[in-house]
Amino acid sequence: MRKILLFAFFALVAFGCSSSDGGDNPSDTFDRSAMLTHWADNIIIPSYENYQAKVNTLATAAAAFNANPSQLNLETLRASWLDGYKAFQYVMLYDIGKAQDLNLKLSGNTYPASATGIEANIASGNYNLTTFSQFDKQGFPAVDYLINGLGNNDPEILAFYTTNANAVKYKQYLTDVTTRLKTVIDAVVADWNGGFRDSFVASNGNSVSSSTNKITNLFVKTLEKDIRYGKLGIPSGLFSNGTTFPEKVEAYYKNDISRNLLNESLHAEQDFFNGKSFGNATTGPGLKTYLDHVNAVRNGQNLSTIINNQFTAVFEANTTLDESFSEQIFSDNTKMINAYNVLQQQVVYVKLDMLQALNITIDYVDGDGD
Amino acid sequence: MAISIRKYLASGCDAATLAFFRLAFGFMMLGGLIRFAAYGWIEKFYIKPVFHFTYYGFEWVKPLGDWTYLLFAVCAVSAFMVAIGFKYRLAIVTFFLTFTYIELMDKTTYLNHYYFVSVVSFIMIFLPANAFFSVDAHRNQKLAFSRIPRWTTDILKLLLGIVYFYAGLAKLNSDWLLHAMPLKIWLPGNMDLPLIGTWLNQNWMQYAFCWIGAAYDLTIPFLLLNRKTRFWAFLLVIVFHILTKILFPIGIFPYIMIVATLIFFGPSFHRGVLGYIRSIFRLPHSLLIMTKEKVQTFDLPNVMKLNIVIAFVVFQLFFPFRYLLYPDELFWTEEGFRFSWRVMLMEKAGYTEFRVVDEARNAVVHVDNHEFLTAFQEKQMAFQPDFILEYAHFLHDEFEKRGIQDPKVFCTSYVALNGRLSQPYIDPKVDLSKQYESFRHKTWILLFNDEIYGF
Repeated sequence: MRKILLFAFFALVAFGCSSSDGGDNPSDTFDRSAMLTHWADNIIIPSYENYQAKVNTLATAAAAFNANPSQLNLETLRASWLDGYKAFQYVMLYDIGKAQDLNLKLSGNTYPASATGIEANIASGNYNLTTFSQFDKQGFPAVDYLINGLGNNDPEILAFYTTNANAVKYKQYLTDVTTRLKTVIDAVVADWNGGFRDSFVASNGNSVSSSTNKITNLFVKTLEKDIRYGKLGIPSGLFSNGTTFPEKVEAYYKNDISRNLLNESLHAEQDFFNGKSFGNATTGPGLKTYLDHVNAVRNGQNLSTIINNQFTAVFEANTTLDESFSEQIFSDNTKMINAYNVLQQQVVYVKLDMLQALNITIDYVDGDGD
Repeated sequence: MAISIRKYLASGCDAATLAFFRLAFGFMMLGGLIRFAAYGWIEKFYIKPVFHFTYYGFEWVKPLGDWTYLLFAVCAVSAFMVAIGFKYRLAIVTFFLTFTYIELMDKTTYLNHYYFVSVVSFIMIFLPANAFFSVDAHRNQKLAFSRIPRWTTDILKLLLGIVYFYAGLAKLNSDWLLHAMPLKIWLPGNMDLPLIGTWLNQNWMQYAFCWIGAAYDLTIPFLLLNRKTRFWAFLLVIVFHILTKILFPIGIFPYIMIVATLIFFGPSFHRGVLGYIRSIFRLPHSLLIMTKEKVQTFDLPNVMKLNIVIAFVVFQLFFPFRYLLYPDELFWTEEGFRFSWRVMLMEKAGYTEFRVVDEARNAVVHVDNHEFLTAFQEKQMAFQPDFILEYAHFLHDEFEKRGIQDPKVFCTSYVALNGRLSQPYIDPKVDLSKQYESFRHKTWILLFNDEIYGF
């Protein structure tokens, strides 16, 4: 009898040890470290640095405009704002680390902007943009209001920065919101180029808190919440008893770029899925190769192919939309709903089929299984 | 036949085996409950959620607010009393009732293993498990026996055997045997384990796990029963359960199954263990020295008791096959899935969103599930029709309170099962608030459009 117990004990110890120590890298293992390295070095950090450069240009343009609020400088400012806004679409996915701590996503792009809140801030001159209540009074939507929404035409807008009694305050607010964008991304880039990149890559396991798990969840969440829900669902009235909200589209005051921004964000998602390096055509390990590695075949087709095909369908549906979603909602909201539905199918593919194939849990669900 | 049954029922066996099981079971349950509380799961699963998924017919079983902690405390104390055999009958009845109540409070947490605990503790109510090595026997010589009716020990082996054998039968299906599903999805998740990790993403390994797993489940009860194979069978039990523990998040049950299968050993083993425990804790020798034999009598109370036990066993044998009475695929509809030892059998996940329609105002509300459900509840709800239905009724009542008159509730649902591409699951045109739970087939579940052959 003692033999049995002894053996049982040794078996427990042996298995216990083997499950806890790690280190060696068997050949058939999917190399998550390589994937994380590629994500960090070729996708995430370059995306951030590109965004940082665009925000720098925006801040410079804002300063030049404040020094000389001319029509020409206004147009330069608008162009740099749009560049920055597009670059933002490529970084909002990575809501992790410093970006999460500093609320890069929420402080950068909470829309619709609160025009009355912004005006109140400007009038009082007393505000702290780092607090939670200020998300809808800053970022790209606030700049949108400041450079596109103050008046019905450019002379009216320029007047706020020249002849208006509060012109100094308007200039100050423009400086403050652009500086805030810059402060946040500077801190994020510094953090990634400091120690965070290494700890991100080092967290190469498959637990809930691992980098792969977190980023993959963010990939899904961004598609579902920020893109599907925010950009299409809310304005088209799908979440509001059918009442449409043409004023809740992204970049409402500029207005004719909501489709552009939607497509940018979807390109960012698709590129990330395919492991495409930022700024060039090379690809590396990513969700696509991970899926292929675990032989995720559905209905005789690679799941990665199904997902890429759906991206194609999504972009096709988006071509039927007006450049301005406000216009689209007025003229034919069913096209908005159709685009939503095509995107919805993609959400199902990535949130359900992809996470299942990769054995990744949605958020954190503990408790025992069978 | 009748004579041989009666003869069997009258035959005896050593009381140490059942005493060992009682002790092990009681302490494992106590440990399990402490672990559950230590993880903060009482609050997380039973106090925090605003809504709970109930079992059909047991809708009245609800968490008791802060009193839920007391319920767990009573359950834990009764488990301890069972372990030491103190006021055993009261203790085991209390344990059965409190544990089962806890499990019935929310079916989100349903596990076959929890059901097994309820089944075993119910049967233990009828067993003289305090006859040996117990406080009861120590204090009252009338309760002390060295031998007890053999069936009182055999029945636990039978219940354990049913779990294994039925779990093995359930694996005899085309997804498991011919497509290595769901292990093909699950095993690669452990690719970076040392030693075995290398092979987990390989096809042949996934098939090997499936076939060996099925063979293990089907044969292990018999290998444990046979004295010649018992030792090696027990080694298999250890390897198998430790492996499942490493590969899957299944809590403490691998250990419970390992300890429970020790019941198959001969009484000298159990006497040895109990003697060892006695000497460590310096307990009186008298705990192990009893001379009387408890003989099965056939007076009216005992015959009634035996009838209950027999009826329960018959129920256990047939209940898992109730799925045969339902149309379409069992894995898809899950009608008759629970309480049938279908363990680790399928990878199923869903994505289910609800629309509440206000006809009077021609308005639609898209429900944010997070407002009412925890992440765990939402995950379980998304692919199980009875959850979806109960939640739809909850939404109906909730939105009626918010001012919509008799709202209609529709859902858009996708489910992916065992490596098939996700497909629509629930008829999106059916107002679920007008559908009611019953044992009948739910016609609003869309067709599976595929076939899984076998059990």
